[in-house]
Amino acid sequence: MTTVVEVRDLSKHFGPVRAVESVSFRLEENRIYGLLGRNGAGKTTLMSLLTGQEFASSGRIEIFGESPVENARVLEQVCFIKESQKYPDDFKVKHVLRTAPWFFPNWDQDFADQLVTDFRLPLDGRMKKISRGQFSAVGVVVGLASRAPLTFFDEPYLGLDAVARQLFYDRLLEDYSEHPRTIVLSTHLIDEVSDLLEHVLLIDDGRLIVDQAADDLRGSATTVVGGREAVEAFIGTREVLHRDGLGGLASVTVARLSDTERQAARAAGLELGGVSLQQLVVRLTSGTPTDFEEKSA
Amino acid sequence: MDENRPIFPQIAEQIENDIISGALPEETQVPSTNEFAAFLRINPATAGKGVGLLVDAGILYKKRGIGMFVAEGARARLVSERRERFRDQYLAPLLAEARKLGIDDAQLVRLITDTSPEKEH
Repeated sequence: MTTVVEVRDLSKHFGPVRAVESVSFRLEENRIYGLLGRNGAGKTTLMSLLTGQEFASSGRIEIFGESPVENARVLEQVCFIKESQKYPDDFKVKHVLRTAPWFFPNWDQDFADQLVTDFRLPLDGRMKKISRGQFSAVGVVVGLASRAPLTFFDEPYLGLDAVARQLFYDRLLEDYSEHPRTIVLSTHLIDEVSDLLEHVLLIDDGRLIVDQAADDLRGSATTVVGGREAVEAFIGTREVLHRDGLGGLASVTVARLSDTERQAARAAGLELGGVSLQQLVVRLTSGTPTDFEEKSA
Repeated sequence: MDENRPIFPQIAEQIENDIISGALPEETQVPSTNEFAAFLRINPATAGKGVGLLVDAGILYKKRGIGMFVAEGARARLVSERRERFRDQYLAPLLAEARKLGIDDAQLVRLITDTSPEKEH
């Protein structure tokens, strides 16, 4: 396994704001990572640090074994599609697509042309005038066609309709299968992308709180539902991720249960349910939710 | 795909279902990991893990340089495994629900006989 990104004890403070706080992790080659977290959790700051666009307050970053800051050798291997990319004032879609190949040695022009057709992008449209969805689609085209060994997509789907988002996910998977590379998808639309992810990094309030295989996470929590007393008796002193209730009914989310524990719960007349990645993330990052906010999750 | 549990065992189950139904006969080639991933819209590594489960269990086998094939005798083995699990997986919850609703065994048997499509024969 080759390590592509290694981050040790990384912090970034803006005045009193601790946007990223003592974060350490590694990204391995040719995997699709989900960088998840609420708005303002520090996702974009973290990606800006990894791509040398921000200076760290403290800590170490190695991308392909080197610091990314002002390092052309590293940066030509890295593509960062920002949610709010700035372009020169009179730039049209075709200008973006003509300049992008200068920065990415692996650029595939045929693939880019195909994607432009797929997303129905107006080549003569001005970046300042086109719709938010078209603006996002330009980023998607550049991010995919660059074939950079390390590609970051920061909320790449803003304004994209359901059809275009599905197109993005499909093209991403197809192209990743043929040209494996390390991809980081930063998103809060977790349900939509969760099946694409191999590994999940979850940040909350600047801190990394989950660094785990997506499929392990999916089986990592169970919701126990039943009469309040029976549920409480079964839960005992277990760590509770989430608690919900309605009248005499309780619904409590706990960490992974063994087969024996599951049998015991069923024997006690309790119902067991799984917890999706999205629900789990909501439960891990929702601070002090009220009972009712969580009902719909 | 059931979002509430790991995906890779679900991939294995789907392939098993296709082998049991005959959609994937023995000694035929199964789709590649990437084909499964694209079709099911899941991460190829996850699809690979699901296929790997069946290779480890001897249900699928690898032909070097060609791909993955359904092993001889795979269907019979899967059917017998599923039959063993049938009581726990289907009968137990059925009986529990019946008890809850006050359906006794005789009524249940009648219900099964009435519902089964084979009663016409």
